[in-house]
Amino acid sequence: MQVTNEEILRGLAEIVNEVAGVETSEITPEKSFVDELDIDSLSMVEIAVQVEDRFGVKVPDDVLANLKTVGDAVDYVAKTT
Amino acid sequence: MRPPLQQLSPTAGARILGLGSRQPEQIVTNADIAARGVDTNNEWIRARVGIVERRIARHDQSVVDMAVDAGSKALADAGLTPGDIDAVLVATCTMPSYIPNAAAQTADRIGVRAAPAFDINAACAGFCYGLGTASDMIRAGSARHVLVIGAEKLSDWVDPMDRSTCIIFADGAGAAVVGPADHGERPGIGPIAAGSAGDLVETIVVADRNCFIRQEGQEVYRWAITQIAPVALRALELAGVSPADVDVLVPHQANLRIVEAIAKRMRAAGAREDMVVADDIVHSGNTSSASIPLALDHMRAEGRVRSGDLALLVGFGAGLSYAGQAVVLP
Repeated sequence: MQVTNEEILRGLAEIVNEVAGVETSEITPEKSFVDELDIDSLSMVEIAVQVEDRFGVKVPDDVLANLKTVGDAVDYVAKTT
Repeated sequence: MRPPLQQLSPTAGARILGLGSRQPEQIVTNADIAARGVDTNNEWIRARVGIVERRIARHDQSVVDMAVDAGSKALADAGLTPGDIDAVLVATCTMPSYIPNAAAQTADRIGVRAAPAFDINAACAGFCYGLGTASDMIRAGSARHVLVIGAEKLSDWVDPMDRSTCIIFADGAGAAVVGPADHGERPGIGPIAAGSAGDLVETIVVADRNCFIRQEGQEVYRWAITQIAPVALRALELAGVSPADVDVLVPHQANLRIVEAIAKRMRAAGAREDMVVADDIVHSGNTSSASIPLALDHMRAEGRVRSGDLALLVGFGAGLSYAGQAVVLP
């Protein structure tokens, strides 16, 4: 089943909200995880783990390091699922 | 013809009879670490690892010194004397050299004469391996009372200027006396759930004996938050109890965020919201094999746990190694 980018963004926003307490309305594609959403490296790992569970993709540490913005993460999930 | 090899009479099970702990007097706060020039601060440390302060041993205070004190206290707590102890196991990975081991001298200084005494190196999982070994020795009939101690002086192996490790690791010792569940008592130590992940060996290492501990924090964190809750659940399954039966969760005090992540997963698997979760790391730091017995002894002193409570222990660390079991608190 193909997941749309909107569905990935919504799912990702829920995960980021749960892990880091950021309002889901703040979680938009252009935002950077570290600089704008103030998410630290350990929370990024927790987000990666939950993304893996939810979308059935692998997000290894070297990939994670290159996911700078919310949009990067959405694109990665979209092309990997 | 040679007779078959005779076997000792087994017992039905083992339980923890007493606990004890020893921490160094010297408290090192986050501000103390920043003040010596390490590029960090209190807010950063508390957010990343949840530690407010840790205890660091004096130069002349050894792994064995702390092990002796913790072990003696556990003996007194169990109402036993050194003569009652049949074996002494010391879980440690921070002796100043590989030879001699810690256990023989610890046994001698406590007054346990000529007993089997050996060290266990499974890093931060060491205490759970020790408890499992003690329980199995007692069940097999090769010992009646075993003193199990986790003792570490990590400060000897940490670069005091490395902000990724010096904020975490600390010193201390914790001990338990394990004895038979006889006279109709119920066994108080469940089967061990244990294993290793040697493919991740490079994530926590002392590269050579003149070097300091190096840790790939992010990789270890991912492993711990995903792989350890299943080990804990497996320990419950082996003991025939359910997550909802657990009164106290005592994960190795690696990092408060790992502890919380494991607790979250245990609750998702059915553990109660009112389950007590050990957070001894906040004031003790990460003391490797000592962290679980230290947390148990402290929580008991604070009145947060009671005799008869079901505690779920799970250790994990360098190797990578892991082990856990369900125990009934003395």
